[in-house]
Amino acid sequence: MKDVDDKFLKNIDKEFPLREELRPRTVTTPDGQEIEIEPLKDYFCEAAPKVHPKAYIPIVENFYNWARANSLWILGFGTGCGAIEMRPLMTPRFDAYRYGIQWRPTPRQANLLMISGYLSVKTLKRAVRAYEQMQGPKYVVGLGSCTINGGMYWDSYNTIKKLDQYLPVDLYIAGCMPRPEALLAGFMDLKKLIKAGKCEGANKYAENFAFYKENQKSVIKDWDMPDYNW
Amino acid sequence: MTFEWIQVPYALATLFIILNYGLLMTAVVQKLAARVGGRPGIPVWQNYIDLVKNFALRSKISHGVMYYLGPVFRLSGGIGLIFFVPTIYGSTWAQNFSFAGDLILALYFIFFGTLGMALGAGESGHPHSAIGVSRGLAQVTAAELPMALAVYAIAIQYQTLSITEIVAAQQGGLFNWTLFTNPIAVAAAMFAYVGTTMRSPFDVVIAPQEIPIGPPTEYHSAYLALMQTNRVIFPIAKTIIYMNIFFGGATNWAEFAIKVFLLYMIPAVIGVVHPRFRVEQSIRFFLKWGLPVGVLAILMV
Repeated sequence: MKDVDDKFLKNIDKEFPLREELRPRTVTTPDGQEIEIEPLKDYFCEAAPKVHPKAYIPIVENFYNWARANSLWILGFGTGCGAIEMRPLMTPRFDAYRYGIQWRPTPRQANLLMISGYLSVKTLKRAVRAYEQMQGPKYVVGLGSCTINGGMYWDSYNTIKKLDQYLPVDLYIAGCMPRPEALLAGFMDLKKLIKAGKCEGANKYAENFAFYKENQKSVIKDWDMPDYNW
Repeated sequence: MTFEWIQVPYALATLFIILNYGLLMTAVVQKLAARVGGRPGIPVWQNYIDLVKNFALRSKISHGVMYYLGPVFRLSGGIGLIFFVPTIYGSTWAQNFSFAGDLILALYFIFFGTLGMALGAGESGHPHSAIGVSRGLAQVTAAELPMALAVYAIAIQYQTLSITEIVAAQQGGLFNWTLFTNPIAVAAAMFAYVGTTMRSPFDVVIAPQEIPIGPPTEYHSAYLALMQTNRVIFPIAKTIIYMNIFFGGATNWAEFAIKVFLLYMIPAVIGVVHPRFRVEQSIRFFLKWGLPVGVLAILMV
């Protein structure tokens, strides 16, 4: 099968002008003062992500990892058809709550970003913003084969193929779509990885920040946000 | 009441017991609610793990000084409520720092955390926080009206503002409880109790399904852990006041545990069978049904 991802959207040089409300401008306040406004700098913090070290004492870090593994808070952000397979986990039949898994409505409180299916370029932008607003250590799980190699969207003109070029993925759950049982099994695997201290996605993202940004910007042509928005 | 230094460790011990009791009890109530829905529900120790997890998060960001102080104010509201209300009647060490006018102070402390939260959530700059807080203040204000009236009725009835004296007057049998000597005031206060425990049908303020989670939208890591701590302490502290002034107080920790659990089950049971009210619906509900009962309680005394 031909891998189209290397060229995907990268040979387009089309320039998108910045939206009008995001352009720097001078505004006259009601009392006659003239002030400079630069929305992208005024509303966002531009500091790059930092690598956060582990706790000094291994036993403390292991205890923390145990707590992190048993209290996975998922960001309720459904991107593709996989979002439908996640909802049954809240119901009496599967009930993920008994494993310490909860859904949180805001990225600030979530630790686990589920990319539940294909990501169009437009959604990737939102997924990147949501991921960057989460607090570390944070984990990304790719759901379904579309996040691994594009799956049935392998030759789509507007869908990214390999998720781990844009976000640091800790675990893939294969299938099209994976059933809720597969999701639960995946969560159990993720717990094992976290307990073993192998889920350092947030630090990986900070270390390879230039790599991820280059990939993101090469497909997101209308980049109208700061490089790291939290 | 005279102050002695030994009261400080005693009060901290009370706080420790109430914190652990609250962590376990809220998990049990959540589990019961899950069973109503046919789910196994969370493990009873889940609250501890969530707390450790939130303290163990590596990164946190601040939006300013007031953003820091929001959870601190909220927690001090909960802890203050515990410290200035006698927990166990007749116990030497669980009296805390109660004094002659503590009923008024307790009423103030119930509101204190919400006001602190309004300042903190406002500074986070997130529109959902601001909307959530204004909804919360509107609803809690409407819900507290019958409680304030009921407290006046109780104060007139017992001719005192000291919680210890009110509990003392109710000792000596079930029928000495305010529940039986002044049922109208208790009914009015229960409107406020159900309305301010932030359970369905009055949980539109913090419900995750509404505008995402309301005031704590921007709170995370240790800030959120502080707020979680308060979310288990504060309902217990409030229940202690209700238990003291309406349900005869408690003379030992076992009686305390049973009474607080049963009282807390009232909003929990109402919550699992009722859908959520919108804010204007709940305000109208309290003004239409709660307030007249409160006025009636004053008139009856």
